[in-house]
Amino acid sequence: MNRTPILAVSGIDKTFTMHLQGGQRLAVLSDLAFEVFPGECVVLGGPSGAGKSTILKLVHGNYAADRGRILLGSGVDVATADPRAVLAARRDTMGYVSQFLRCVPRVPALQVVAEPLVERGVPHDEARERAAAVLTRLSIPQRLWALPPATFSGGEQQRVNIARGFLPDLPLLLLDEPTASLDSRNRDAVIALIHEKRSRGVGMLGIFHDPAVRDAVADRIVDVEAFAPRAGAAA
Amino acid sequence: MTPLLQVRGAGHRYGLRHGCRDVDLDLWPGEVLAVVGESGSGKSTLLGTLSQRLGPSEGSIRYRMADGRVIDLGEESEAAVRRLWRSEWGFVHQDPADGLRMHVSAGGNVGEPLMANGWRHYGRIREAAAGWLERVEIPADRIDDHPTTFSGGMRQRLQIARNLVVSPRLVFMDEPTSGLDVSVQARLLDLIRGLVFDLGLAVVVVTHDLAVARLVSHRTLVMKDGRVVESGLTDRVLDDPHAAYTQLLVSSVLQG
Repeated sequence: MNRTPILAVSGIDKTFTMHLQGGQRLAVLSDLAFEVFPGECVVLGGPSGAGKSTILKLVHGNYAADRGRILLGSGVDVATADPRAVLAARRDTMGYVSQFLRCVPRVPALQVVAEPLVERGVPHDEARERAAAVLTRLSIPQRLWALPPATFSGGEQQRVNIARGFLPDLPLLLLDEPTASLDSRNRDAVIALIHEKRSRGVGMLGIFHDPAVRDAVADRIVDVEAFAPRAGAAA
Repeated sequence: MTPLLQVRGAGHRYGLRHGCRDVDLDLWPGEVLAVVGESGSGKSTLLGTLSQRLGPSEGSIRYRMADGRVIDLGEESEAAVRRLWRSEWGFVHQDPADGLRMHVSAGGNVGEPLMANGWRHYGRIREAAAGWLERVEIPADRIDDHPTTFSGGMRQRLQIARNLVVSPRLVFMDEPTSGLDVSVQARLLDLIRGLVFDLGLAVVVVTHDLAVARLVSHRTLVMKDGRVVESGLTDRVLDDPHAAYTQLLVSSVLQG
């Protein structure tokens, strides 16, 4: 295994200041540090509210860190990079599969899934073929492909989201409960996708509440509670 | 390489009062910048300042032209700025009637900017206009109709075609979707997104609608009382707002 991390997080603090609640400060993470290497799936563990989703959002750049480093294998520090560098990292280095599909309402499912490939320069036809293949694997019937996912059930939307997130070949994938509302057959399909990514050297950082899924995919578990700010500590 | 648009300390005064002030920003090709805020926040004044539609302004606004020269817009003659409008810039108004000639056919509205750029061959102009109408999803058989007979969404798409037909490098948009029904808005946003990507356009879009910013923009500036109170990656600004005012804006959005 390549021993250069694809993601190296160190010294990260995260506090939310809520101005609408009189400037109340909510410290979520203190001195967070962990690494993800190519070809491994690191799972964030800990009870809900411990800051697992916050970590994924910090790495993806949706949340700003108070201090510390979030170093990608490409050398970009997401914690300090300017917006253009973060956008470039999202295009070339890291993908994010969120819990909910967020896209323009009237775009057909096939296009929603193919879009990340097209944006990375893959020809339209090839992108559509690959999108169709992954939708088939995730049991989205062909009659739905031309329809916008907004009309789909929750589970179908989530599978479209997974297809979209897994399709581009990126060295790092962030997974926020990708199996949460899936039946067992589709859960197994997602586990198989994760195993394939891993065998191709992709590093993954994920949240999985389902213990069976977690056991099936986790190479290591990072206990997020170890990075809880101490009560009463000066932020 | 330098940004397409490099803005430092930009501002505009109405008499003694500032409409906007101390604005810094860089805009690169292919990038969409959303300027959000409530009415009166100075976002439209900023758009007018950047696009030189308002009179003399404070600070510096440098623009990199197609030929690579970087010019300071404040020092350019009116004629030079008019030339930019004809060939390198576009402006999409909230009300399509402000950007279209309502009593000229749809084809004429799209063909006119080409004529202003020296196109003379009628057949080619009509062909280019027809191509653009198709691209903005206006049926070919409407090419000779006046925009007065079009729906709001069609008018707005026609205005976009009229702007993009000359292959501008920088397009300013002032609340391009806010006069439209919700269903029509989605279609227009999707169209704008696709065109921006295909053409590698740089866009400054002013909107009071955070959903518009999220769907079409890479970066967002939040304005209040004429100043930028927060800026950054759009999803960072909207998911983890730091300024009190941005938190108020984000928390005021109705959850659908």
